[in-house]
Amino acid sequence: MNDMSQGYTTADGRKIGGTLMEMKNITLRFGGVVAIKDISFDIREGEIRAIIGPNGAGKSSMLNVISGFYIPTEGEVWFRGERRPQMKPYQVAQQGIARTFQNIALFKGMSTLDNIMTGRMTMMKTGMAAQALWWGRAQREEDEHREKVEKIIDFLEIQHIRKTPVGRLPYGLQKRVELGRALAAEPKLLLLDEPMAGMNVEEKEDMSRFILDVNDEFGTTIALIEHDMGVVMDLSDRVVVMDYGKKIGDGTPDEVRNNQDVIDAYLGVSHD
Amino acid sequence: MFYREAGDFKTSYADDSQTFPIKFDRWRYYVVLAVAFGVIPLVVNDYWASSVLVPFLIYAIAAIGLNILTGYCGQVSLGTGGFMAVGAYACYKLMTAFPDINIVFHVLGAGLITAGVGVLFGLPSLRIKGFYLAVATLAAQFFLVWLFNKVPWFYNYSASGQINAAERTVLGVPVTGPNTEAWAQYMICLVFLFAVAWVARNLTRGTVGRSWMAIRDMDIAAEIIGVNPLKAKLTAFAVSSFFVGIAGALFFSVYLGAVEVGEAFGIQKSFLVLFMIIIGGLGSIFGSLAGAAFLVLLPVFLKNLLVGGLGWATDLAAHVELMIVGALIVVFLIVEPHGLAQLWRVGKEKLRLWPFPH
Repeated sequence: MNDMSQGYTTADGRKIGGTLMEMKNITLRFGGVVAIKDISFDIREGEIRAIIGPNGAGKSSMLNVISGFYIPTEGEVWFRGERRPQMKPYQVAQQGIARTFQNIALFKGMSTLDNIMTGRMTMMKTGMAAQALWWGRAQREEDEHREKVEKIIDFLEIQHIRKTPVGRLPYGLQKRVELGRALAAEPKLLLLDEPMAGMNVEEKEDMSRFILDVNDEFGTTIALIEHDMGVVMDLSDRVVVMDYGKKIGDGTPDEVRNNQDVIDAYLGVSHD
Repeated sequence: MFYREAGDFKTSYADDSQTFPIKFDRWRYYVVLAVAFGVIPLVVNDYWASSVLVPFLIYAIAAIGLNILTGYCGQVSLGTGGFMAVGAYACYKLMTAFPDINIVFHVLGAGLITAGVGVLFGLPSLRIKGFYLAVATLAAQFFLVWLFNKVPWFYNYSASGQINAAERTVLGVPVTGPNTEAWAQYMICLVFLFAVAWVARNLTRGTVGRSWMAIRDMDIAAEIIGVNPLKAKLTAFAVSSFFVGIAGALFFSVYLGAVEVGEAFGIQKSFLVLFMIIIGGLGSIFGSLAGAAFLVLLPVFLKNLLVGGLGWATDLAAHVELMIVGALIVVFLIVEPHGLAQLWRVGKEKLRLWPFPH
């Protein structure tokens, strides 16, 4: 692997910056079950980082550690050059980490617009008294954020469902709204847990385009879990491969593809 | 035909996010307000005020309160009666302790005290959910009623164990006590309902409301995108109890005048208000009003029909009335589980296209 301490340039000419997030020797245990065993890797500013691995490899657990939902049993999480103390998930969100979920976790009773507005929760500052009167600052703040949210709605091409309760939307659109909700937080780091699970080819292409556009236009760093190898190899700059809670490979898609451990994990290996 | 949004363009987000974005709706709302504030006080008589309008207004306030907690934030509560009792007794204690202060402040103060009590009983909601929380709030209901019965300090050591509202005036007009006129009773409750509904609407359309609904719909996701669940749940309990406390204070001081806690604020009250929001529509301000109107009007209507119209004996009519109300609730929930508010929405959708549905 080449030296990347000062960032690097990708094949398509994008500049990748220094380290945004670093996982140092992360171990996660649930009682006797070891979900993640001593894994270290980093995520750099502006890159698309994929985490792949067979089922049960611990990918989602890793994402949950990053988003603060699980607290690692051992190891350190470093974000923007500082060690992250133990904090609640909503505090992690306030630091600028947003995510989507493997099984869509939208607020089903709320409209698309309200769902995406909720993504900006951490940036809304007006107090409750001002909101109760809906006067001056509260109304102004709401409209300012609405403007930002409308940009995201335009970007994701979901203007027509702005006021529809998301429970009524088809799966593909729900995934898109969920991406919108995560984007609304203007995250430094965007975590996508299987953004293309259960989609047809066309929807996958749309979603890939949105992911690349997000990375390109907003400069958002993205870490994603995905099972579709074609998509992963096309989208990502670097890939971490996990198997049984251990890291078995890390590098560019080409490096990973030729890594013998990775091939063994995916194809099985004979034991004679 | 009657109901058009075509040509009703919005050029700013403020316009688009107003409560009644369609012109027709907006005008109807102004007309309803004008009738409620301008016409009804002039024509209202004692019978209408005491058996229909005042109970409707007060229950509507309680229903909005409970709807914020249960409908918007998803926390089931069976303690509404108990919290109304807190409002009533707080109002009574404030009225007797500070007789020179205007009753409006007493009612608001009673709301604040109830909000505090609500937050206290809301603390378990951080750990328990659903049915278990319902049972915890049920405990609050029984505890509070017991407390107001057992501790004489709350009813100022009166021999009867009752609390009584002395005469108080607003702008020189008596609103509590035996000399209160029907229109004054009606007006003070209407003003409170209007204020409560307006504040509730403002809260539920903004950040606070979205944090409540996020907790209701998917609490884990809400926390991960940055909603502080502690804050969201406790503010819901506080605001909800504030409104319920106001309703309790008005129920005692303006409507009943004299209250014995177990009778006026028993578990039936909790269920009645819960039925109101379920029938009216969870998560809807209009639904709270519709549900309160439905459950206040229906018994009165049935009584008039059975006793006045068909000449049945009063006691027989009373039994049949209960059965009919119960049966109607069941039928209603099967036909439209999302309540009157949903019926209203569906009706509006239909009217938008009527009479040319294509």
